[in-house]
Amino acid sequence: MEFLLKLLAGAIRVTIPIAYAALAGMIAERAGVVNMGLEGMMLFGAFFSVVGSYVSGSAWVGLLFAMAAGAVTGLLMAVFAIGFKCEHMITGVAVNMFASGMTVVLLQMIWGTRGKSSTVDGLGVVSIPVINRIPVIKDLIGSVSPLFYLLILCTALLWLVLYKTPAGLRVRVVGDNPFMAGSMGVNVYKIQYICMMVSGALAGMGGAYLSIGDIYMFSKDMVAGRGYIALSMVILGGWKPVPVAVCGLVYGIAQSLQFRIQSVSIPSQLVQMLPYAVTIIVLFFAKKGAEAPAMEGVHYYQKGE
Amino acid sequence: MKNRILDFFKRSQILVSAASLILALLICGAVIIICGYSPLEAYGAMLKGAFGSKYYFSQTLGTMIPLVFSGLAMLMAVKVGIFNIGIEGQMLVGSFAAAVAGRYITGLPKIIHLPLALLAGAVIGGLWALIAAWLKNALGINEVILTIMLNYVAQYIVSYLVSYPFHAEGNVVRTEEIQPTASMTTMVAHTRLYTGIFLAVAATALIWLMLRYTRFGYELRAVGSNSSAAETAGINAKKYILAAMFLSGALAGLGGAGEVLGYWGYYIPTMTQGYGFDGIAIATMGRSQPLGTLISAFLFGALRNGATGMNRSTSIPGELIEVLEGLVILFVSTPGIFRAARKIIRARNERRPGNGISA
Repeated sequence: MEFLLKLLAGAIRVTIPIAYAALAGMIAERAGVVNMGLEGMMLFGAFFSVVGSYVSGSAWVGLLFAMAAGAVTGLLMAVFAIGFKCEHMITGVAVNMFASGMTVVLLQMIWGTRGKSSTVDGLGVVSIPVINRIPVIKDLIGSVSPLFYLLILCTALLWLVLYKTPAGLRVRVVGDNPFMAGSMGVNVYKIQYICMMVSGALAGMGGAYLSIGDIYMFSKDMVAGRGYIALSMVILGGWKPVPVAVCGLVYGIAQSLQFRIQSVSIPSQLVQMLPYAVTIIVLFFAKKGAEAPAMEGVHYYQKGE
Repeated sequence: MKNRILDFFKRSQILVSAASLILALLICGAVIIICGYSPLEAYGAMLKGAFGSKYYFSQTLGTMIPLVFSGLAMLMAVKVGIFNIGIEGQMLVGSFAAAVAGRYITGLPKIIHLPLALLAGAVIGGLWALIAAWLKNALGINEVILTIMLNYVAQYIVSYLVSYPFHAEGNVVRTEEIQPTASMTTMVAHTRLYTGIFLAVAATALIWLMLRYTRFGYELRAVGSNSSAAETAGINAKKYILAAMFLSGALAGLGGAGEVLGYWGYYIPTMTQGYGFDGIAIATMGRSQPLGTLISAFLFGALRNGATGMNRSTSIPGELIEVLEGLVILFVSTPGIFRAARKIIRARNERRPGNGISA
């Protein structure tokens, strides 16, 4: 029982950044844009949150920096993928490469090192008194990063906006049939640009968790493929906010298990492989109930273009 | 003749690639200035590191070898409409397989052993790519996610194999030295340049011939440009996706095998150094044409060695090359930028009286 609780508590912490990125991927795909650049957005988020925390001394300013960096990256991606009709996937791959190199160049510029930044102010943990009185829950999320509660808030907000507001309806129509949306007078481009910026901000928050939410510094290529894992969680979660956020737990449990059985005599490499293999296997067995937005990845041309 | 050359330039849109590279170099120049360096000095160091002497030039040509293979691997996949980001992993398993075949098969003459070791790398690389293609066909999952996951799986499996069952004696994590009968000849002493360069050029020519003159190549391109139209015309698109992905992985594996048999002489975990990811940029900049890929592999070989040179003589990190690659990919695949720029320039000329309207 104790093992299980620790496993789950670890899994929740591993899942937080993935869940942010998965929500980011979902909102972009819902508007018809495949955001392959999550990895780079997270990396920028992780880096600029440390920069923000470093210059201001407050991790919360760092979090704002991360969101801004992500949103700007999202905007730039939108300019290329939507404005200039570049292949969505290529745009993403280019952004990831750019981010991977650029963060190291900037690291050298600001801290004079190529591997790690110095330690900065972090977000710390919060413990809510009410939760600390409930037995099992207390062990799971008794003291957890404030980004965990923000994540719940973001998930709820996304659900509310997507399903309960006219704006959300427009987003869903744009992803499924931009031509119909366009003929109904919806500004398709505007919606796609906004969704890409929201996507970037969310991915930036996920990246910020890795740096100022966890180890309080930036280290080179610290996102380590989480952006891609998040994309598979979008598929697993069927493009719906709550399942998409929760599906990250599949990866989280595998990863958390990896930390916990490393002491056993199984070679560490095979254990480290677990999260990635599990992701493939789960994708393999995932029920194909949910459908992707019909027109994701397809370029939309406005009238007269 | 002149017309044919002009035609080549037009068809392969070499100008867009060149303009993209120049634009990317300019932006990186701005980054270098922000870092507090002179871009002339930095690019000077790059030029010297890439072409400065016989040694450096041989290094550039040598680095080009695996890059040609990863570029061609990307090209094969792109031709059938698949985005294969798994080249790095396919290269890894291929190089490991070649190292094992080069070491543990004994008693064969070189003329059989060397091709056999190369083949081992190609087949294992191809099979690894087939996993992704098969999963994509069967489940319709985005191949990018699959190939990325398989990269990690490949990395850890090979890392396990080289750390335990195939660990060479000594502290360094690597496999045992291959047999002399499986090694390729180094062309310039103490450099990366080995006879694999001929193999790379031959592979480029073969793929060009196949895509252009065979029915297989034609149908493969048909699937890539419009798979549902190809299906209507009676082509089994899924079969072509499998075949092209196998070839793609095989090329990647061959590139890795060449590095083991021609340069290292054993498998060591860090040896692929992101060559697989460079393949994406190389094929994109080569406009997914075999000859273009060969040329851009040479350019990227020069850039990589140039970056090493820059890393050595200035304190600008060599990672700047990733920034450059990202920008090149972005600009080459967005010809819209140049079209928009032309439109703006034209509009400005028209607005200015007595300027440019004469035609």
